[in-house]
Amino acid sequence: MSFLPYVVAAWLFVVGLWGVVSSQNLVRTVLSLTVVQSSTYLVLLGVGYRSGAQAPIVADIPASSRLVDPVVQVLVLTDVVIEATVTALLLALVVQAHKRFGSVDPADLRTLRD
Amino acid sequence: MSRRFRLGLFALAGPGLAVVLLLGMHGLPAFGHFRGLYGVLANRLEPPLRHATDIVTALNFDLRAFDTLGEEFILFGSVSGVALLLRQLRDEHKDERNRDVADHRFADASDALRVTSLILIPLAFALGAYVVVHGQLTPGGGFQGGVVLAAGPIAILLAGRYFALKALAPAWALEALDSIGAGAYALIGLGGLIFASVYLQNFLPLGTPGKLLSAGTMPLNSLAVGIEVTGAFLLTWTEFLDQALIVERGAR
Amino acid sequence: MTALQLVALVLTALGGAAVVLTPDPLRQTLVLGIYGLVLTFLFFTFQAPDVALSEIVVCTVGLPLIILAALRKIRRQDRGREQDGEE
Repeated sequence: MSFLPYVVAAWLFVVGLWGVVSSQNLVRTVLSLTVVQSSTYLVLLGVGYRSGAQAPIVADIPASSRLVDPVVQVLVLTDVVIEATVTALLLALVVQAHKRFGSVDPADLRTLRD
Repeated sequence: MSRRFRLGLFALAGPGLAVVLLLGMHGLPAFGHFRGLYGVLANRLEPPLRHATDIVTALNFDLRAFDTLGEEFILFGSVSGVALLLRQLRDEHKDERNRDVADHRFADASDALRVTSLILIPLAFALGAYVVVHGQLTPGGGFQGGVVLAAGPIAILLAGRYFALKALAPAWALEALDSIGAGAYALIGLGGLIFASVYLQNFLPLGTPGKLLSAGTMPLNSLAVGIEVTGAFLLTWTEFLDQALIVERGAR
Repeated sequence: MTALQLVALVLTALGGAAVVLTPDPLRQTLVLGIYGLVLTFLFFTFQAPDVALSEIVVCTVGLPLIILAALRKIRRQDRGREQDGEE
């Protein structure tokens, strides 16, 4: 049971990749990529968790309490916000590709080779 | 490579990848039994050293401050990329003939929606500002509060007044917000270099833990990040919405 | 592991699959929003309120607005192309 977070993370990674591979619409590809991304959050937060520990905010609990690891939380916290803008960049590329090739199906982007 | 072949390949490779991932993660500490010392030390040291009560924010703007600078520039870079990619398209469509029609395109919002969004604007602003300035005390900080702050002006759009939004927040102002936020963070770092001889080191009095003005430069860092994230999200949204409107104009 | 964490993990596994398996991108945006809420709940049970706050603002306001605007843009481009073809 204590391995479950990692199993879920691996599941999300593979399912998200399946979405990327099978997609026939570039918007779906980008959205599936966000699922792949979320698996990393799960691994990081799963690693840093301590049973029975409290959140690392010592405003109203003594600083000597048992607290979860704050380092992994910082990594995930900034990444969540950055990810949204990187997704926006990817979608801007999709809009441009659609403008050029008239399609959002990755299979139709072959004209790139010309 | 045909789609069928690709899917067949993944049907083989996917489970293989899952097995490799699980084998790799088998070596990680069991859930709930992490023994890493770094986090424990941070939990013990940050409150007395920086007088901050939210250790996550404290790490973000103290031990990991240089990393946060990097994250800030990823944000800045991707928003610049969005603006660059979409503006090239806008010039291609510089057709102002149907501007009057387009002006009223978003105006068919119902009265109920308008009133609700008017209430939402000050609420989003108050909540966003609260989250930004209380970063070192309670969960929050510039990254989260910035998105909430950016949601306020977007409520004007929900009220059906897209051009009021453009007048209130023109592209140059949003670009300025984005750049000022990113620049201010780097400048606060320079302050550390000058007054404490280490880049991004704290150089202000630490104050009483739990007070609004405490933890030295941390509220300033949080504010800089908040300003940048607000500008970044508003700029991204309005760039994409400009796109939607321009094509609306072309289609009519 | 607490019962809440167990529920959150199972919901997350189902939610991620739901996002990937939803065929229509417009519906996928909505499902992604709900998946974001599930992740927020998960982060909350993992004692990470900062991350939960970050996720909830991004998944309810930040991302959906960007995706919807991009989808609308793509659909209009398609429609414009069809009209050109008819003329």
